[in-house]
Amino acid sequence: MTPVQTAVMIGLAALATQLTRWTPFLLFRRRTPKVISYLGMVLPAAIWGMLVVYCFRHGPLIAESNGLAEALAAAVTAALQAWRRNMALTIAGGTLCYMMLVRIFY
Amino acid sequence: MSGSSSRQEGAGTVAFAAKAAFRTSLPILVGFGFCGFSYGVYMRSLGFEPFFPIIMAMAIFAGSLEFIMASMLAGPFAPLTVFVMSLVVNARHLFYGIAMLDRYRDTGALKPYLIYGLIDETFSILGMGHIPEGADRRWYYFFVTLFNESYWVLSTAVGAFCAGNLPFDTRGIEFVLPALFIAIFVDSWQKEKQHAGSLLGLVVTLLCLIAAGAEYFLLPSMALIVFFLLLFRRKLSSAAGGAQ
Repeated sequence: MTPVQTAVMIGLAALATQLTRWTPFLLFRRRTPKVISYLGMVLPAAIWGMLVVYCFRHGPLIAESNGLAEALAAAVTAALQAWRRNMALTIAGGTLCYMMLVRIFY
Repeated sequence: MSGSSSRQEGAGTVAFAAKAAFRTSLPILVGFGFCGFSYGVYMRSLGFEPFFPIIMAMAIFAGSLEFIMASMLAGPFAPLTVFVMSLVVNARHLFYGIAMLDRYRDTGALKPYLIYGLIDETFSILGMGHIPEGADRRWYYFFVTLFNESYWVLSTAVGAFCAGNLPFDTRGIEFVLPALFIAIFVDSWQKEKQHAGSLLGLVVTLLCLIAAGAEYFLLPSMALIVFFLLLFRRKLSSAAGGAQ
């Protein structure tokens, strides 16, 4: 991408993010449309699922990997979150686990 | 902000609210310290100059989206995908705004900044509605928002500038992105009463990835997710309504 294209991408992400924050204050002063409250309620769960798949859209994260390190680290990450319910701990633990596994395996 | 009747008292009020906000926002510093630092390092590992993550931390100011943007900026130019992606990833912010409508109503000149900075972590503190005793409500809102933003931007900057000089090799740091979304996904899974939405997101996206390939699957995935959520609205809203 050219620097201008990169700037456009960042600008659009910033604009869309601000739209989600300003809309209630600008448009829904009196009443929130039911379909918006409904989507606001059910959309996030589906989007988190989508983003998990997005992360692995190219298969393994590094070229040398056959996918085993990713599968193991993902399982450890999910288990850590289910067990401790501490987001920062989960992300740190899962990432360190993967960094260790790629050093052991490849 | 408030009348200029007593400047002395005004400064004391502001300082008191700042102290109270610092105490309640301290746990956020710990979480952001790690995530922001990894975000800075991650952006550098993708080949970006340090100012990119710092600018993005301030302009986009939505952690999970910034991580996705990092990987999207490393790919092809896709303005529509980025725009729609940002909307759906941050759709939950609509809720925060709706919840804060009345509380932010009388915040005057601070209001635009409060709305700009209404991130998950700020809402998690202010959404409960508890104001520390003796603290001015409006200044307290302002400082919680400001401190949270500072933690995020500063830890990103530290990560971005330290990335080249870390005493260890960062190979495998890419996993911070999936780790983030697996953590959020499992957290959301444990909080929901029924898992139709979570499963829908996984299955629809997987099918679109297989059908359309890694370059083009995001837009159809998002469109189909919204389509199916609207199609099953009656069923899903009654199930979700039961959960509230």
